[in-house]
Amino acid sequence: MTTEGFTVFTGAALFVLMLPALYRVTVGPTSFDRLVAVNVIGTKTAVLLVVIGTLFGRLDMFVDFALAYALLNFMASLAVARYLNRTRPMPRKKPSGRKPRKKPAKA
Amino acid sequence: MSMLLETFDWSFLAEAATGMVSAVSVLDVVGMILATIGLVFFLGAAVGLYRFPDFYTRMHAAGKGDTLSSLLILAGFGLITLEDFSAVGLLLVVKVLAIVLFIMLTSPTSTHALMRAGFEDGVEPVVKGDAKVKKKEARK
Repeated sequence: MTTEGFTVFTGAALFVLMLPALYRVTVGPTSFDRLVAVNVIGTKTAVLLVVIGTLFGRLDMFVDFALAYALLNFMASLAVARYLNRTRPMPRKKPSGRKPRKKPAKA
Repeated sequence: MSMLLETFDWSFLAEAATGMVSAVSVLDVVGMILATIGLVFFLGAAVGLYRFPDFYTRMHAAGKGDTLSSLLILAGFGLITLEDFSAVGLLLVVKVLAIVLFIMLTSPTSTHALMRAGFEDGVEPVVKGDAKVKKKEARK
């Protein structure tokens, strides 16, 4: 097995294994499920960029793309998490560790 | 015919053959092993993301498996890229390791932020009796 064949195999396997995450993005019951899956796909895309750079022999160029992509992915996931978080104060007397609050009305 | 064979430069065949043979070094083998282990971990993360019943359990699979598989695959391809120990090659590996460090810092952070947002939003976890109840309902 040559290095090139292994690189192609790794890239293809990464792409195929992204499909379950894509399924979770599509049918996830809550928006947080979709968000987790999007986060996974974004991280794997950064890895896939490094793999593509190895395949093309231009890793010096692609490694910067991967770094920027990882940074943007992190910022996006943090921003959407803060956006979806309804900043209600946690109840003081009954810390709701065990019992979840009533389901909020669907937006 | 013999003249054609003599005048044409066939040395590229020898170069290609030797290049193919010497393409796999010890560093390449170590990198391939690391990347394969990373792929196995990512398979676990993908299956968990597909199969688990609950937001929190899915988050568990995605957070851990995704982080570790990214680290392993990136480290493996950093080693595969490292052909000679020149300054340029080492700089590339250092850049790849910078991505590794960045993902190692940010992936648990974003997992934590998402988990906190989901918990404060009231996403319901699956409790112990739920699976049995669902099975009974499915039987009826």
